[in-house]
Amino acid sequence: MRHTLAVLVENRPGVLSHVAGLFARRGYNIESLVVGETEDKTVSRITLVVEGDERVIEQVSKQLNKQIEVIKVNDITNEQTVDRQMLLVKVTADQAARQEILQLMEIFRCRVVDIGRRSLIIEATGDEGKIEAVIQSLRPFGIKELVRTGKVSMVRGSK
Amino acid sequence: MDSGAEILVKCLEKEDVEVVFGYPGGAALEIFDALQKSKIRNILVRHEQGAAHAANGYARASGKVGVCLATSGPGATNLITGVATAYMDSIPIVLITGQVSTSMIGTDAFQEVDVTGISDPISKHNYLVKDTAELPRIVKEAFYIAKSGRPGPVLIDLPKDVAAARVEAEDCLRVDLRGYKPNIIGHKGQIRQVVQLLREAERPLLCAGGGVISAGAEEELLCLAEQLQIPVVNTLMGLGSISREHPLSLGMLGTYGLAKANLVTQNCDLFIALGMRFDDRVTGNTKKFAPQAKIIHIDIDTAEIGKNIRVDVPLVGDLKIILKQIIESLEGEKREGSWLTRETLAELEKEAAREAAATPANAPAGSAGPEIYPGDVISALNQLITPDTIVTTDVGQHQIWAAQGLKLRKPRTFISSGGLGTMGYGIPAAIGAQVACPGRTVVVITGDGSFQMGMPELGTCLAEDLPLKIILFNNKTLGMVKQLQDHYCERRHTSVYFRKLPDFQYIARAYGALSLSARDKKELPEKLEQLLRHPGLGILEIEISAEYNVYPMVLGGQGLDEMVFSVPGACSKGGD
Ligand SMILES: Cc1ncc(C[n+]2csc(CCOP(=O)(O)OP(=O)(O)O)c2C)c(N)n1
Repeated sequence: MRHTLAVLVENRPGVLSHVAGLFARRGYNIESLVVGETEDKTVSRITLVVEGDERVIEQVSKQLNKQIEVIKVNDITNEQTVDRQMLLVKVTADQAARQEILQLMEIFRCRVVDIGRRSLIIEATGDEGKIEAVIQSLRPFGIKELVRTGKVSMVRGSK
Repeated sequence: MDSGAEILVKCLEKEDVEVVFGYPGGAALEIFDALQKSKIRNILVRHEQGAAHAANGYARASGKVGVCLATSGPGATNLITGVATAYMDSIPIVLITGQVSTSMIGTDAFQEVDVTGISDPISKHNYLVKDTAELPRIVKEAFYIAKSGRPGPVLIDLPKDVAAARVEAEDCLRVDLRGYKPNIIGHKGQIRQVVQLLREAERPLLCAGGGVISAGAEEELLCLAEQLQIPVVNTLMGLGSISREHPLSLGMLGTYGLAKANLVTQNCDLFIALGMRFDDRVTGNTKKFAPQAKIIHIDIDTAEIGKNIRVDVPLVGDLKIILKQIIESLEGEKREGSWLTRETLAELEKEAAREAAATPANAPAGSAGPEIYPGDVISALNQLITPDTIVTTDVGQHQIWAAQGLKLRKPRTFISSGGLGTMGYGIPAAIGAQVACPGRTVVVITGDGSFQMGMPELGTCLAEDLPLKIILFNNKTLGMVKQLQDHYCERRHTSVYFRKLPDFQYIARAYGALSLSARDKKELPEKLEQLLRHPGLGILEIEISAEYNVYPMVLGGQGLDEMVFSVPGACSKGGD
């Protein structure tokens, strides 16, 4: 099963490599990893999506907790969360297709952030389902380049 | 204003460091220069690996943090085996490395290596110091991290310019690490469960690992064992936590454990693991481990719980405190007589003796020949060691003979590389132990292979007048590997015979050591006594046949009760 871990760490150089190294050497699989500062400048948050059964996830959390710079590990897989990923995609768009693409993107509430002679760059944010749907809908036009971030998550409510 | 190096040395003094094992170089000039002005003793080793092992042996003998120091690049990489050795055995050491100047980092400068990167997976923590003013905090944290919680090695990498810079640094008075708060006190509910299981168990067994020694919990262990008459087995790292002369003490379990200890483990109905991590050398096949037993696992490291083996009741915290909590909760409840009654024990003893007789490490009953068996050496040594004698070992068959047979009576008297099994550990570790305990006898048990790895440090013994007593089992073979080839490669022996060996007697003399050798059983006790009585460094070379293997042995995939005592198809007295 896929688990989402929210890991608060000291905002210092080297911390990310400690965490990533830990995954590599213990043979855990990271599906995605996003890191950034939090409301407290001295703390960064790493949002990790990891594949594994309960036992593996328990070990992952414990090993993470063991790192001196890791302040807190939360498994938020079963929490009510708001999840977001971001996508940038360069899609082939000649004059004929352009209108259709723009309409589609309207439906998905995506933004066009660059217009080239034969292509558009589209920006989308949303949960995984939406990002997948956007990609699927653009595929027939010809995707030239695609980048996406991993997932960031926040637990709903006052927690 | 002080330089970074001077600040570092002052911080070391504040941590009560009395000795640093080191080896100099360009990137560490400032540090050595500052050290020279301090009261801290600076011992020059012969190889940086020796410095790390000496710090390790010092820590294990004294219970304090050991410190070593090396230059950048090759100095730092030479430390690495020592870092891993300390990490695997949870030994508190602080390693300081010089580094190229910050402006040169990342340019592949002369003698630059990313030692924080290299040591990351094998150290408890590490620091690359970028700002001189941060040194007091970093040093304080490093010592705190090394010795608290589950102890381990911490490395501080100090660039040359940071060591040279002069600043007004403020003292660091307390450590504040929000991400590091080791559990100390045991969870009340779980303590209750443990007590419940202890009451219900018919055949409980305590297994004391290295954690008992690092927590200083030997008295509590003894108290619990005696109060409930629970027999005690040890992991290799736990040897010494209970006296081998105590009637409840059964000795080492594991894939090279004693038959008695293994059989009791497989028959107990409650296995209480204290400060151990269920290493595969301890459990054999985990699926077959203690099949009838509920398992209580008490350890300071949460991440060890459930890592290798299913656990019925986990308990995380400081062993000394937890054992006290358990003893208190028992409210004076006692058991009379152990489940291992005299009879069952005698029976096991008989079985073990029968098996021991079949193992080639002991002389066959009634044999009066001159040949020296490994068992003879250990028995003779047992007659001579006192409770305070410290024994270090190298790695191989000699190590296991020592671990199985020595009558150790106190914690911190058996110092051996357990988790990493590092050959070349014995002599430098003994140097550390001897420096920590100048008045005590320190014996090294080594083999001809391991000795040649640790040999450079004889130079340190010579220069520092360290009177180690080295017992060299010379079987002219990498015996333990030969044994593995006996069992796993149908006795095809590759790269295990030293075609030619140096004359160890000359080597001893070259280093100013008393040089002894024994070939005849009759002269063995006298030679050993001569060695131990000698006031200075001494080496006793004992010739033994390469045919003797270490038994019992549990082969891969087998349970602890599936021990073998000989090579299949060979006569009971060993190989071809
Ligand atoms: C640094 C290192 N290299 C290789 C090994 C693998 N190894 C384990 S025991 C052993 C043989 C040790 O030989 P010796 O010191 O002569 O002891 P003996 O087994 O003969 O008593 C070897 C090569 C090791 N443990 N450590």
